[in-house]
Amino acid sequence: MLHNLQQLLRYRPLIHSLVARELKARYRGSVLGFFWSFVNPLLLLLIYTFVFTVVLPGVHPADLEPFALFMFCGILPWTWFSSALLESSNVLIAGGNLIRKVLFPAEILPIVTVLAGLVHFGLGLPILAAFLVYYQVPVAPLDLAWFPVIVAVQLVLTLGLALMLSALTVHFRDVRDLLANLLTLWFFATPIIYALSQAPPGVRRLLNLNPFTHLAVSYQEVLFRPGPFTEWPRLLAVGAGALVTFAAGYFVFDRLRDTLAEEV
Amino acid sequence: MSAIHVRDVHKVYRRYGRRRQFATLKSALLSGRVLRDLRPDETFEALKGVSFDVEAGKTFGIIGRNGSGKSTMLKLIAGIGRPMSGAVQVRGRVSALIELGAGFHPEISGRENVYINGMMLGLSKREIQARFEDIVAFAELEEFIDAPVKTYSSGMYMRLGFAVAIHVDPDVLLVDEVLAVGDEAFTHKCLDKFAEFRRSGRTVLLVTHSLDLVARFCDEALWLDAGLVRAQGDPKRVIDAYLMDVAGVENRQLAADQGRAEGRPLREPAVAEQPTDVGADLRVGPDEPPDMFKAVEGRWGSREVEIVGVDLAAPGGAATHVFQSGDPMEVRLRVRAAQPVTDFAFGVGIFSADGVCCYGTNTQIEGAKAGELSGDGEVRFVIGRLDLVDGTYKLDVAVHRENGVPYDYHRLLYTFRVKSALKEAGIFRPPHRWTFSGGIRLDGLN
Repeated sequence: MLHNLQQLLRYRPLIHSLVARELKARYRGSVLGFFWSFVNPLLLLLIYTFVFTVVLPGVHPADLEPFALFMFCGILPWTWFSSALLESSNVLIAGGNLIRKVLFPAEILPIVTVLAGLVHFGLGLPILAAFLVYYQVPVAPLDLAWFPVIVAVQLVLTLGLALMLSALTVHFRDVRDLLANLLTLWFFATPIIYALSQAPPGVRRLLNLNPFTHLAVSYQEVLFRPGPFTEWPRLLAVGAGALVTFAAGYFVFDRLRDTLAEEV
Repeated sequence: MSAIHVRDVHKVYRRYGRRRQFATLKSALLSGRVLRDLRPDETFEALKGVSFDVEAGKTFGIIGRNGSGKSTMLKLIAGIGRPMSGAVQVRGRVSALIELGAGFHPEISGRENVYINGMMLGLSKREIQARFEDIVAFAELEEFIDAPVKTYSSGMYMRLGFAVAIHVDPDVLLVDEVLAVGDEAFTHKCLDKFAEFRRSGRTVLLVTHSLDLVARFCDEALWLDAGLVRAQGDPKRVIDAYLMDVAGVENRQLAADQGRAEGRPLREPAVAEQPTDVGADLRVGPDEPPDMFKAVEGRWGSREVEIVGVDLAAPGGAATHVFQSGDPMEVRLRVRAAQPVTDFAFGVGIFSADGVCCYGTNTQIEGAKAGELSGDGEVRFVIGRLDLVDGTYKLDVAVHRENGVPYDYHRLLYTFRVKSALKEAGIFRPPHRWTFSGGIRLDGLN
């Protein structure tokens, strides 16, 4: 397993090129092209803002104003997380021809999916920054230093899950459908369109078991909420969990590796 | 020093039975058999202990029927998939031409695809840069290299795929049937490239149904049959053995079909080469007329005179089944008469693989008067020039009364192959030559 991970490093240029290809190919032929990377999260945000400020005004406490910005802090990373998992659950089957006909480490495919999602996430950040400037949210530089750490934790967690899901889907195609529903549940079980503090204590204990809760809260604390970053012990705990998830995901992938070429 | 070393390789595939076809996570969870369901319960052994070595610098061909394990073997050598047991070792960089352009992304340009494909095949970015011009030139895509690959014709697509794979500059090149696709010019180009590979001492492993290619290009051939090595060695000998076996299987199938069609157990000699078992149970319908239009092999006759052995050979030579077009051929019949007979004629007929009678004659047609036939004897039917085009042919031999009633009729029981470097159409190849005069110049004709 370690040997394979090491070998993966040799394929960095390929991963790099594949991510670039993924991004280029995605919007090839569309009029707005790369612009969609900005427009998509913006439109999503617009919808949520409409629902929570026009349709349901006043369901959120005053300290979450501007609510659009609050939601955006969670929606942006969640979009990366969920789309990366959904796509990677399908990526080995979609790339089946490649796996059967060309010798290269198959884990590159889910990894590329997750990294392409990361780039999209990165492209959404300028919009977030523009909102922060527009609403004149004071962001502490020290807090902001935590931002890359949060991203890194999310990246490792997503990679681990993506590796596991991609390999499992090859054997059990229903993982895809299961996952689509599970992600909807997961979205609502994460304080993205509400604050964790709004939940009743019993439910809050449950939500605290969700690793993405702490990621979302971390993003919100660093980017939105005033005051020092207090979520860091939990973030680091999630980080440790993410490393374990990655190891487990890679282990599962490695175990199933030899069967992939036959089963896709 | 062997470039490819394969030792006692077994490969088992999981077979999806009816029950397993719809096995899903749900059913696995419900029945609490997640782990058991991940394990194959119905299996298919694609390779049953294959061993061979390919010497470095040799061109090696693997032939065999569909499903004999050829492609599986190639994939194991390429490293796509691992054997269940046994060892596969390859020395040096491997490039596998299994499917040209696998992994091309249709939306991006040929240029970018060359880079990504090259990297997948194990080249570094710099190596690709250094070869880029060659790759594009080989693929003849200079004008289109910056167009998205989805706009390419299938020919362009394949040329590019081949160009990248071949410029990986492997020590060992694995080729699976890719030459079967692509136009004449492209195929020639690929063959030229293989020749270049051979000259530079690289190892090529070819998996193909084109026996011709193996005969022409390979130093050694391997015949895989149902996951086992049936023969290995000189390509011509391996191919002949293979062809004979194919004909034998076809015969068996035809005989079985006939047996079924006539609703009675199979009583015909099943194996083509030597119907040595000439017991009484073989006597089927002594008065059945030889129907020249019904191309089903078999044997019948009263057996007062028997053909106990048939050999095809070059005149005076050893028995063979493969002849060059234009070579002489000799058909030897060993006959035995239980009682002396005075009313007899010998006949020979040649049929193409699809049952067209190419030539048929007998001693009576040619004006011979029967004297006496007693005891053992040998008949030699010598064809001065076997002027047939490349293909597989079948032979009828018979000894019968002058009124046509057979003593022993062997219908299409013997198969031989005529080989020719040229691939003309038809059946008959008359000796011929071309001459030109006036303002016509052609080269290369004999």
